[in-house]
Amino acid sequence: MKFIAEIDVMPHKELLDPQGKTVANNMKNLHLAGIEDVRIGKHIKMTLDAASEAEATEKVETACKKLLANVIMETYSFSVKQA
Amino acid sequence: MKFGVVVFPGSNCDDDMIHVLGTVMGQEVVKLWHKDTELAGFDTSDCIVLPGGFSYGDYLRSGALARFSPIMNAVIDFARSGGYVWGICNGFQVLCEAHLLPGALLRNDNQKFICKNVYLRTATRQSALTAKLDPEQALKIPIAHAEGRYYADERTLQQLQANEQILFQYCTAEGVISAEANPNGASLNIAGICNEGRNVFGMMPHPERASEAVLGNTDGRLLFESLLATVGQEVPS
Repeated sequence: MKFIAEIDVMPHKELLDPQGKTVANNMKNLHLAGIEDVRIGKHIKMTLDAASEAEATEKVETACKKLLANVIMETYSFSVKQA
Repeated sequence: MKFGVVVFPGSNCDDDMIHVLGTVMGQEVVKLWHKDTELAGFDTSDCIVLPGGFSYGDYLRSGALARFSPIMNAVIDFARSGGYVWGICNGFQVLCEAHLLPGALLRNDNQKFICKNVYLRTATRQSALTAKLDPEQALKIPIAHAEGRYYADERTLQQLQANEQILFQYCTAEGVISAEANPNGASLNIAGICNEGRNVFGMMPHPERASEAVLGNTDGRLLFESLLATVGQEVPS
């Protein structure tokens, strides 16, 4: 069965995100009031083959832990659904 | 001591390193392709260098994809058996991603790629790379990176200090370690560290770009001299 995983990788809350900060600081140029904070991470869409949703979830978990996120600096979350 | 310099797709300081090790320092040095699966002909008295550059175009995270290049299993085994491994700039990022060194290298706090000479203080002489350096001297060595902000959690930073694993800290030309002298926002002004076994070194500055009088700076050469002298290798005058 084919599955699609939607993965979000974000810098840890306590870490300075200079990219997000620069974007947040520039929001005033859009004349938008009330934007308090911007944090920038990555969204990864992955298509995979697996026998079950549980197996697909396990594969995505391994991919996140080993490569897609560096847990020293980032957190990850994901959803898996049948394609 | 023999040197092997690993070439990943996107490495660009490999030839500079080979030039300094081979031509300037007169050492035996070979290029190793990242698809090799073993370090044939190397033993633990030798040194594997992971050079600077942009392995895999810095895609995903600097060093993250190179960490899974086929040669890295052999490099990890080599390091765990006590062989010397030295990562510079992107090589340092790869060593952190491979967990051969603690911590990670984040985007510079000013969001810029920084290419300039900086000054470093030697924080410990308890390593082959720093044993012959003068802790009072501010070494002038260039950096060239966008992701060089060393980060580790509080507990890891305390361990690094307690074990004297911090090799180099950014300082002023006068040797003062201060926030003003910190080019990228690194924790504790850290520019380079070693592992607990003291055989794996990682640093953001590029000593191979500062090892010849013709380039106007020879401070980097002192690191090569220290490493060679400490392992009992003849150092050319």
